[in-house]
Amino acid sequence: MKAGVLALQGDFREHAAVLAALGATPIEVRTPEELARVDCLVIPGGESTTISKLARSAGLVDPIRERAAAGMPMLGTCAGMIVMAKRVIGLEPLLDLVDITVRRNAYGRQVDSFEADIAVEGVDHPVRAVFIRAPIVEEVGPGVRVLAEHEGHPVVVEQGNLVVASFHPELVGETRLHAYVLEKV
Amino acid sequence: MERETGTFRVKSGLAEMLKGGVIMDVTNAEQAKIAEDAGAVAVMALERVPADIRREGGVARMADANKIEEIMRAVSIPVMAKVRIGHFVEAQILQALGVDYIDESEVLTPADEEYHIDKWAFTVPFVCGARDLGEALRRIAEGAAMIRTKGEAGTGNVVEAVRHQRTMLRQIAWLQGLRPEQFVAAAKELGAPVELCRMVAEQGRLPVVNFAAGGIATPADAALMMQLGVDGIFVGSGIFKSENPAARARAIVEATTHYNDPDVLAKVSHGLGEPMPGIDIKELGEEALLQTRGW
Repeated sequence: MKAGVLALQGDFREHAAVLAALGATPIEVRTPEELARVDCLVIPGGESTTISKLARSAGLVDPIRERAAAGMPMLGTCAGMIVMAKRVIGLEPLLDLVDITVRRNAYGRQVDSFEADIAVEGVDHPVRAVFIRAPIVEEVGPGVRVLAEHEGHPVVVEQGNLVVASFHPELVGETRLHAYVLEKV
Repeated sequence: MERETGTFRVKSGLAEMLKGGVIMDVTNAEQAKIAEDAGAVAVMALERVPADIRREGGVARMADANKIEEIMRAVSIPVMAKVRIGHFVEAQILQALGVDYIDESEVLTPADEEYHIDKWAFTVPFVCGARDLGEALRRIAEGAAMIRTKGEAGTGNVVEAVRHQRTMLRQIAWLQGLRPEQFVAAAKELGAPVELCRMVAEQGRLPVVNFAAGGIATPADAALMMQLGVDGIFVGSGIFKSENPAARARAIVEATTHYNDPDVLAKVSHGLGEPMPGIDIKELGEEALLQTRGW
Protein backbone atom coordinates (compact mmCIF):
# COMPACT_ATOMS: atom_id res chain seq x y z
CA MET A 1 0.00 0.00 0.00
CA LYS A 2 1.25 3.49 -0.89
CA ALA A 3 0.82 5.73 2.14
CA GLY A 4 1.32 9.42 1.36
CA VAL A 5 2.72 11.95 3.79
CA LEU A 6 2.31 15.64 2.97
CA ALA A 7 5.99 16.68 2.95
CA LEU A 8 5.83 20.47 2.65
CA GLN A 9 7.05 21.19 6.18
CA GLY A 10 7.01 19.56 9.60
CA ASP A 11 7.76 16.11 11.03
CA PHE A 12 6.84 14.15 7.90
CA ARG A 13 9.81 11.77 8.23
CA GLU A 14 8.56 10.56 11.62
CA HIS A 15 5.17 9.77 10.06
CA ALA A 16 6.88 8.01 7.16
CA ALA A 17 8.82 5.86 9.66
CA VAL A 18 5.61 4.84 11.47
CA LEU A 19 3.93 3.95 8.16
CA ALA A 20 6.98 1.93 7.06
CA ALA A 21 6.98 0.09 10.41
CA LEU A 22 3.37 -0.91 9.68
CA GLY A 23 4.38 -2.40 6.32
CA ALA A 24 3.14 0.41 4.08
CA THR A 25 5.31 2.15 1.46
CA PRO A 26 5.60 5.81 2.50
CA ILE A 27 5.50 8.39 -0.31
CA GLU A 28 6.43 12.03 0.28
CA VAL A 29 3.79 14.25 -1.32
CA ARG A 30 4.76 17.75 -2.52
CA THR A 31 2.88 17.90 -5.86
CA PRO A 32 -0.58 16.93 -7.24
CA GLU A 33 1.15 14.21 -9.32
CA GLU A 34 2.57 12.61 -6.17
CA LEU A 35 -0.82 12.86 -4.47
CA ALA A 36 -2.46 10.96 -7.36
CA ARG A 37 -0.24 7.93 -6.63
CA VAL A 38 -1.15 7.38 -2.95
CA ASP A 39 -3.89 5.32 -1.29
CA CYS A 40 -4.12 7.43 1.86
CA LEU A 41 -2.59 10.65 3.17
CA VAL A 42 -1.10 11.79 6.47
CA ILE A 43 -0.81 15.49 7.23
CA PRO A 44 2.01 15.89 9.74
CA GLY A 45 2.71 18.22 12.61
CA GLY A 46 4.40 21.49 11.74
CA GLU A 47 3.42 25.15 11.50
CA SER A 48 -0.15 25.32 10.20
CA THR A 49 0.33 28.80 8.66
CA THR A 50 3.42 27.61 6.74
CA ILE A 51 1.84 24.34 5.58
CA SER A 52 -1.25 26.27 4.42
CA LYS A 53 0.76 28.72 2.31
CA LEU A 54 2.90 25.98 0.78
CA ALA A 55 -0.14 23.78 0.02
CA ARG A 56 -1.83 26.67 -1.78
CA SER A 57 1.24 27.56 -3.84
CA ALA A 58 1.80 23.89 -4.75
CA GLY A 59 -1.80 23.63 -6.03
CA LEU A 60 -2.61 20.82 -3.59
CA VAL A 61 -5.74 22.16 -1.86
CA ASP A 62 -8.40 21.16 -4.40
CA PRO A 63 -6.79 17.81 -5.31
CA ILE A 64 -6.64 16.80 -1.62
CA ARG A 65 -10.28 17.89 -1.06
CA GLU A 66 -11.38 15.88 -4.10
CA ARG A 67 -9.53 12.75 -2.97
CA ALA A 68 -10.94 13.13 0.57
CA ALA A 69 -14.48 13.49 -0.80
CA ALA A 70 -13.92 10.34 -2.88
CA GLY A 71 -13.15 8.43 0.32
CA MET A 72 -9.34 8.50 0.60
CA PRO A 73 -8.47 7.82 4.27
CA MET A 74 -6.58 10.68 5.95
CA LEU A 75 -4.86 11.22 9.29
CA GLY A 76 -3.87 14.66 10.57
CA THR A 77 -1.85 15.38 13.71
CA CYS A 78 -1.67 18.80 15.41
CA ALA A 79 -1.07 21.18 12.46
CA GLY A 80 -2.69 18.42 10.37
CA MET A 81 -5.82 18.70 12.53
CA ILE A 82 -5.82 22.48 12.03
CA VAL A 83 -5.51 22.36 8.23
CA MET A 84 -8.21 19.64 7.97
CA ALA A 85 -10.73 21.46 10.23
CA LYS A 86 -13.78 23.27 8.83
CA ARG A 87 -13.40 26.14 11.31
CA VAL A 88 -10.19 27.61 12.75
CA ILE A 89 -10.44 30.58 15.10
CA GLY A 90 -8.48 33.49 13.63
CA LEU A 91 -7.33 31.66 10.49
CA GLU A 92 -8.94 30.86 7.15
CA PRO A 93 -9.56 27.08 6.98
CA LEU A 94 -7.43 25.28 4.40
CA LEU A 95 -8.97 21.91 3.50
CA ASP A 96 -12.38 22.49 5.15
CA LEU A 97 -12.98 18.76 5.74
CA VAL A 98 -13.65 17.82 9.38
CA ASP A 99 -16.69 19.38 11.05
CA ILE A 100 -14.88 20.78 14.11
CA THR A 101 -13.92 24.22 15.41
CA VAL A 102 -10.31 24.44 16.61
CA ARG A 103 -8.37 27.09 18.47
CA ARG A 104 -4.63 27.22 17.69
CA ASN A 105 -1.93 27.28 20.42
CA ALA A 106 -4.77 26.94 22.89
CA TYR A 107 -2.77 25.46 25.78
CA GLY A 108 -0.43 28.47 25.81
CA ARG A 109 3.13 28.95 24.67
CA GLN A 110 5.91 26.35 24.40
CA VAL A 111 6.60 26.35 28.17
CA ASP A 112 3.03 24.99 28.53
CA SER A 113 3.57 22.16 26.00
CA PHE A 114 3.29 18.80 27.76
CA GLU A 115 2.96 15.03 27.56
CA ALA A 116 0.30 12.89 29.22
CA ASP A 117 -1.27 9.41 29.01
CA ILE A 118 -4.53 9.38 27.05
CA ALA A 119 -7.15 6.63 26.82
CA VAL A 120 -8.24 6.13 23.21
CA GLU A 121 -11.44 4.22 22.32
CA GLY A 122 -10.71 0.75 20.98
CA VAL A 123 -7.08 0.79 22.16
CA ASP A 124 -6.05 -1.39 25.15
CA HIS A 125 -3.23 0.61 26.71
CA PRO A 126 -3.04 4.37 27.13
CA VAL A 127 -1.35 6.36 24.38
CA ARG A 128 1.57 8.57 25.45
CA ALA A 129 0.48 11.84 23.92
CA VAL A 130 2.90 14.73 23.28
CA PHE A 131 1.13 18.08 22.92
CA ILE A 132 3.34 20.78 21.31
CA ARG A 133 1.71 24.22 21.20
CA ALA A 134 -1.35 22.12 20.49
CA PRO A 135 -4.80 23.17 19.25
CA ILE A 136 -7.96 22.59 21.27
CA VAL A 137 -11.17 21.30 19.68
CA GLU A 138 -13.88 23.70 20.85
CA GLU A 139 -16.89 22.33 18.93
CA VAL A 140 -17.71 19.04 17.29
CA GLY A 141 -20.36 18.70 14.55
CA PRO A 142 -23.05 15.97 14.51
CA GLY A 143 -21.25 13.62 12.09
CA VAL A 144 -18.04 13.57 14.15
CA ARG A 145 -17.19 10.80 16.65
CA VAL A 146 -14.89 11.58 19.58
CA LEU A 147 -12.36 8.76 20.10
CA ALA A 148 -10.37 10.33 22.96
CA GLU A 149 -10.61 13.24 25.36
CA HIS A 150 -8.18 14.99 27.68
CA GLU A 151 -9.31 17.38 30.44
CA GLY A 152 -12.76 17.57 28.84
CA HIS A 153 -11.56 18.41 25.32
CA PRO A 154 -11.72 15.99 22.37
CA VAL A 155 -8.14 15.12 21.29
CA VAL A 156 -8.84 12.40 18.71
CA VAL A 157 -11.92 12.60 16.47
CA GLU A 158 -13.16 10.66 13.46
CA GLN A 159 -15.45 11.67 10.62
CA GLY A 160 -15.89 8.75 8.20
CA ASN A 161 -12.56 8.29 6.36
CA LEU A 162 -10.89 11.16 8.26
CA VAL A 163 -9.11 10.95 11.64
CA VAL A 164 -7.43 13.92 13.38
CA ALA A 165 -5.49 14.16 16.65
CA SER A 166 -4.28 17.26 18.47
CA PHE A 167 -1.09 15.50 19.65
CA HIS A 168 1.83 13.64 18.03
CA PRO A 169 1.68 9.82 18.09
CA GLU A 170 4.54 9.87 15.53
CA LEU A 171 6.97 11.47 18.01
CA VAL A 172 6.91 8.47 20.36
CA GLY A 173 6.73 5.69 17.76
CA GLU A 174 3.04 5.12 18.58
CA THR A 175 1.62 3.14 15.63
CA ARG A 176 -1.98 2.36 16.58
CA LEU A 177 -3.65 5.49 15.20
CA HIS A 178 -1.83 5.08 11.88
CA ALA A 179 -2.80 1.39 11.80
CA TYR A 180 -6.43 2.36 12.40
CA VAL A 181 -6.37 4.73 9.40
CA LEU A 182 -4.50 2.23 7.15
CA GLU A 183 -7.27 -0.31 7.84
CA LYS A 184 -9.74 2.05 6.16
CA VAL A 185 -7.91 1.76 2.81
CA MET B 1 -3.41 11.81 32.93
CA GLU B 2 -0.99 14.23 34.68
CA ARG B 3 0.53 16.91 32.45
CA GLU B 4 4.33 16.75 32.30
CA THR B 5 5.91 19.94 30.97
CA GLY B 6 9.52 20.70 30.00
CA THR B 7 10.48 17.08 29.24
CA PHE B 8 13.25 16.63 26.69
CA ARG B 9 10.66 15.08 24.34
CA VAL B 10 8.50 18.20 24.57
CA LYS B 11 11.54 20.46 24.04
CA SER B 12 13.01 18.57 21.08
CA GLY B 13 9.47 17.96 19.81
CA LEU B 14 8.97 21.63 18.94
CA ALA B 15 12.20 21.54 16.91
CA GLU B 16 10.82 18.46 15.08
CA MET B 17 7.76 20.54 14.13
CA LEU B 18 9.97 23.31 12.69
CA LYS B 19 11.75 20.94 10.28
CA GLY B 20 11.67 21.79 6.60
CA GLY B 21 10.99 25.39 7.59
CA VAL B 22 12.69 28.77 7.72
CA ILE B 23 13.28 30.76 10.92
CA MET B 24 13.79 34.46 10.27
CA ASP B 25 15.56 37.18 12.30
CA VAL B 26 13.26 40.14 12.99
CA THR B 27 13.76 43.34 14.97
CA ASN B 28 10.17 44.60 15.27
CA ALA B 29 6.50 43.62 14.92
CA GLU B 30 6.25 44.80 11.33
CA GLN B 31 9.12 42.56 10.21
CA ALA B 32 7.64 39.68 12.23
CA LYS B 33 4.36 40.01 10.30
CA ILE B 34 6.23 40.04 6.97
CA ALA B 35 8.06 36.87 8.04
CA GLU B 36 4.85 35.12 9.14
CA ASP B 37 3.03 36.13 5.95
CA ALA B 38 5.93 34.76 3.91
CA GLY B 39 5.54 31.35 5.60
CA ALA B 40 8.29 31.43 8.26
CA VAL B 41 7.89 28.62 10.83
CA ALA B 42 9.21 30.88 13.61
CA VAL B 43 10.85 34.25 14.11
CA MET B 44 13.98 35.16 16.08
CA ALA B 45 13.44 38.40 17.99
CA LEU B 46 16.55 40.52 18.36
CA GLU B 47 17.68 44.09 18.81
CA ARG B 48 19.90 44.27 15.71
CA VAL B 49 20.46 41.76 12.90
CA PRO B 50 23.99 40.27 12.85
CA ALA B 51 25.15 42.46 9.93
CA ASP B 52 24.42 45.56 12.03
CA ILE B 53 26.01 44.06 15.16
CA ARG B 54 29.11 43.37 13.09
CA ARG B 55 29.18 46.92 11.69
CA GLU B 56 28.30 48.87 14.82
CA GLY B 57 30.30 46.84 17.34
CA GLY B 58 29.84 47.38 21.09
CA VAL B 59 28.32 44.81 23.46
CA ALA B 60 25.40 42.92 21.91
CA ARG B 61 22.87 41.75 24.53
CA MET B 62 19.45 40.11 24.81
CA ALA B 63 16.77 42.25 23.13
CA ASP B 64 14.65 44.65 25.15
CA ALA B 65 11.69 42.92 26.85
CA ASN B 66 9.21 45.38 25.31
CA LYS B 67 10.47 44.57 21.85
CA ILE B 68 10.17 40.83 22.45
CA GLU B 69 6.62 41.16 23.79
CA GLU B 70 5.65 43.38 20.84
CA ILE B 71 6.84 40.65 18.47
CA MET B 72 5.09 37.90 20.48
CA ARG B 73 1.82 39.83 20.22
CA ALA B 74 2.23 40.39 16.47
CA VAL B 75 2.45 36.75 15.30
CA SER B 76 0.95 33.32 16.06
CA ILE B 77 4.08 31.35 15.07
CA PRO B 78 6.74 30.50 17.71
CA VAL B 79 8.99 33.35 18.83
CA MET B 80 12.64 32.66 19.63
CA ALA B 81 15.11 35.08 21.19
CA LYS B 82 18.86 35.16 21.74
CA VAL B 83 20.84 35.26 24.97
CA ARG B 84 24.57 35.73 25.43
CA ILE B 85 26.62 32.56 25.86
CA GLY B 86 26.63 31.71 29.57
CA HIS B 87 24.13 34.42 30.55
CA PHE B 88 21.63 32.26 32.41
CA VAL B 89 19.79 35.24 33.88
CA GLU B 90 18.95 36.60 30.42
CA ALA B 91 17.59 33.09 29.78
CA GLN B 92 15.54 33.15 33.02
CA ILE B 93 14.04 36.46 31.87
CA LEU B 94 13.16 35.12 28.41
CA GLN B 95 11.53 32.06 29.98
CA ALA B 96 9.50 34.33 32.26
CA LEU B 97 8.42 36.38 29.20
CA GLY B 98 7.10 33.17 27.60
CA VAL B 99 9.49 33.00 24.65
CA ASP B 100 9.12 29.65 22.82
CA TYR B 101 12.82 28.86 22.17
CA ILE B 102 16.09 30.40 23.38
CA ASP B 103 19.16 30.68 21.16
CA GLU B 104 22.33 30.75 23.28
CA SER B 105 24.16 32.59 20.56
CA GLU B 106 27.70 33.52 19.56
CA VAL B 107 26.18 36.45 17.65
CA LEU B 108 25.79 38.27 20.99
CA THR B 109 28.82 39.17 23.10
CA PRO B 110 29.63 36.20 25.39
CA ALA B 111 28.92 36.71 29.10
CA ASP B 112 31.03 33.74 30.23
CA GLU B 113 34.18 32.57 28.45
CA GLU B 114 34.33 29.30 30.38
CA TYR B 115 30.82 27.89 30.70
CA HIS B 116 27.69 27.69 28.61
CA ILE B 117 24.25 27.73 30.29
CA ASP B 118 22.99 24.60 32.10
CA LYS B 119 20.02 24.19 29.82
CA TRP B 120 18.56 21.25 31.78
CA ALA B 121 17.51 23.77 34.45
CA PHE B 122 14.92 25.34 32.11
CA THR B 123 11.41 24.46 30.91
CA VAL B 124 11.89 26.46 27.71
CA PRO B 125 14.00 24.66 25.07
CA PHE B 126 17.38 25.90 23.76
CA VAL B 127 19.07 25.90 20.37
CA CYS B 128 22.86 26.31 20.20
CA GLY B 129 25.40 26.81 17.43
CA ALA B 130 28.14 24.33 16.53
CA ARG B 131 31.04 24.14 14.10
CA ASP B 132 31.58 20.40 14.40
CA LEU B 133 30.16 17.24 15.94
CA GLY B 134 32.02 17.55 19.24
CA GLU B 135 30.69 21.06 19.84
CA ALA B 136 27.15 19.94 18.94
CA LEU B 137 27.31 17.01 21.36
CA ARG B 138 28.73 19.19 24.18
CA ARG B 139 25.75 21.52 23.80
CA ILE B 140 23.33 18.55 23.74
CA ALA B 141 25.00 17.23 26.91
CA GLU B 142 24.24 20.63 28.49
CA GLY B 143 20.57 20.20 27.52
CA ALA B 144 20.25 21.84 24.09
CA ALA B 145 17.21 20.39 22.26
CA MET B 146 18.19 21.71 18.83
CA ILE B 147 21.48 22.49 17.05
CA ARG B 148 22.35 24.84 14.22
CA THR B 149 25.57 25.30 12.31
CA LYS B 150 27.29 28.50 13.40
CA GLY B 151 28.35 29.53 9.92
CA GLU B 152 29.53 33.13 10.01
CA ALA B 153 26.57 35.36 10.87
CA GLY B 154 26.06 38.73 9.19
CA THR B 155 28.26 38.00 6.19
CA GLY B 156 25.75 36.83 3.57
CA ASN B 157 28.43 34.24 2.76
CA VAL B 158 27.39 30.59 3.01
CA VAL B 159 30.90 29.13 2.96
CA GLU B 160 31.26 28.70 6.74
CA ALA B 161 27.84 27.07 7.13
CA VAL B 162 28.86 24.62 4.40
CA ARG B 163 32.17 23.95 6.14
CA HIS B 164 30.44 23.28 9.49
CA GLN B 165 27.79 20.99 8.01
CA ARG B 166 30.34 19.05 5.96
CA THR B 167 32.50 18.66 9.07
CA MET B 168 29.55 17.19 10.99
CA LEU B 169 28.69 14.79 8.15
CA ARG B 170 32.31 13.63 7.91
CA GLN B 171 32.58 13.08 11.67
CA ILE B 172 29.27 11.21 11.83
CA ALA B 173 30.43 8.89 9.02
CA TRP B 174 33.74 8.40 10.87
CA LEU B 175 31.93 7.38 14.10
CA GLN B 176 29.78 4.93 12.12
CA GLY B 177 32.91 3.15 10.90
CA LEU B 178 34.40 2.59 14.37
CA ARG B 179 34.73 -0.70 16.23
CA PRO B 180 33.33 -0.82 19.80
CA GLU B 181 36.75 -0.51 21.47
CA GLN B 182 37.43 2.76 19.60
CA PHE B 183 34.55 4.80 21.03
CA VAL B 184 36.16 6.07 24.23
CA ALA B 185 39.18 7.31 22.28
CA ALA B 186 36.84 8.91 19.71
CA ALA B 187 34.87 10.63 22.47
CA LYS B 188 38.13 11.98 23.89
CA GLU B 189 39.14 13.27 20.47
CA LEU B 190 35.76 14.96 19.86
CA GLY B 191 35.52 16.22 23.44
CA ALA B 192 32.02 14.77 23.74
CA PRO B 193 30.26 12.22 26.00
CA VAL B 194 30.84 8.66 24.82
CA GLU B 195 27.16 7.69 25.16
CA LEU B 196 26.18 10.47 22.73
CA CYS B 197 28.94 9.34 20.34
CA ARG B 198 27.52 5.80 20.37
CA MET B 199 24.02 7.16 19.79
CA VAL B 200 25.19 9.17 16.76
CA ALA B 201 26.96 6.12 15.33
CA GLU B 202 23.81 4.01 15.74
CA GLN B 203 21.40 6.56 14.25
CA GLY B 204 23.77 8.03 11.65
CA ARG B 205 22.68 11.52 12.62
CA LEU B 206 22.62 14.01 15.48
CA PRO B 207 20.19 13.01 18.25
CA VAL B 208 18.35 16.34 17.82
CA VAL B 209 17.21 18.49 14.91
CA ASN B 210 20.02 20.36 13.11
CA PHE B 211 19.36 23.59 11.16
CA ALA B 212 21.75 25.63 9.02
CA ALA B 213 22.59 29.19 10.05
CA GLY B 214 25.16 31.87 9.44
CA GLY B 215 25.44 33.36 5.94
CA ILE B 216 22.32 32.13 4.10
CA ALA B 217 21.18 34.92 1.75
CA THR B 218 19.47 33.35 -1.29
CA PRO B 219 16.97 30.57 -2.11
CA ALA B 220 19.89 28.67 -3.66
CA ASP B 221 21.87 28.94 -0.38
CA ALA B 222 18.89 27.48 1.52
CA ALA B 223 18.46 24.59 -0.93
CA LEU B 224 22.23 23.94 -0.87
CA MET B 225 22.18 23.49 2.90
CA MET B 226 19.04 21.30 2.72
CA GLN B 227 20.71 19.09 0.10
CA LEU B 228 23.68 18.82 2.46
CA GLY B 229 21.33 17.23 4.96
CA VAL B 230 20.25 19.93 7.42
CA ASP B 231 16.68 19.85 8.76
CA GLY B 232 15.82 23.51 8.15
CA ILE B 233 17.15 27.04 7.76
CA PHE B 234 17.81 30.12 9.87
CA VAL B 235 18.08 33.37 7.90
CA GLY B 236 19.47 36.30 9.84
CA SER B 237 20.45 39.45 7.99
CA GLY B 238 19.74 37.84 4.60
CA ILE B 239 16.09 38.89 4.43
CA PHE B 240 15.74 42.34 5.97
CA LYS B 241 19.12 43.54 4.63
CA SER B 242 18.02 42.72 1.06
CA GLU B 243 16.18 44.95 -1.42
CA ASN B 244 12.81 43.17 -1.29
CA PRO B 245 12.43 41.32 2.03
CA ALA B 246 8.88 39.97 1.49
CA ALA B 247 9.64 38.45 -1.93
CA ARG B 248 12.99 37.05 -0.78
CA ALA B 249 11.44 35.58 2.38
CA ARG B 250 8.73 33.81 0.34
CA ALA B 251 11.29 32.49 -2.15
CA ILE B 252 13.54 31.09 0.59
CA VAL B 253 10.52 29.33 2.17
CA GLU B 254 9.60 27.72 -1.18
CA ALA B 255 13.25 26.78 -1.84
CA THR B 256 13.54 25.10 1.57
CA THR B 257 10.49 22.90 0.87
CA HIS B 258 11.28 22.10 -2.77
CA TYR B 259 15.06 21.94 -2.24
CA ASN B 260 15.39 18.90 -4.49
CA ASP B 261 13.41 20.31 -7.41
CA PRO B 262 15.62 22.56 -9.63
CA ASP B 263 12.58 23.68 -11.68
CA VAL B 264 10.95 25.17 -8.59
CA LEU B 265 14.29 26.62 -7.46
CA ALA B 266 14.72 28.32 -10.84
CA LYS B 267 11.18 29.67 -10.69
CA VAL B 268 11.52 31.20 -7.23
CA SER B 269 14.95 32.72 -7.99
CA HIS B 270 13.44 35.32 -10.36
CA GLY B 271 12.88 38.99 -9.56
CA LEU B 272 14.08 39.08 -5.97
CA GLY B 273 16.04 42.34 -6.25
CA GLU B 274 19.49 42.73 -4.73
CA PRO B 275 20.55 40.30 -1.99
CA MET B 276 22.32 41.64 1.09
CA PRO B 277 25.90 42.73 0.35
CA GLY B 278 28.29 39.89 1.17
CA ILE B 279 31.65 39.76 2.94
CA ASP B 280 34.59 37.58 1.99
CA ILE B 281 35.47 35.71 5.21
CA LYS B 282 39.20 36.07 4.45
CA GLU B 283 38.87 39.86 4.66
CA LEU B 284 37.39 39.65 8.15
CA GLY B 285 40.43 38.64 10.16
CA GLU B 286 40.45 36.20 13.09
CA GLU B 287 39.30 38.70 15.75
CA ALA B 288 36.15 39.64 13.77
CA LEU B 289 34.88 36.03 13.60
CA LEU B 290 31.75 35.28 15.64
CA GLN B 291 31.97 31.49 15.20
CA THR B 292 35.01 31.14 17.50
CA ARG B 293 32.96 32.35 20.48
CA GLY B 294 31.98 29.42 22.71
CA TRP B 295 33.81 26.08 22.70
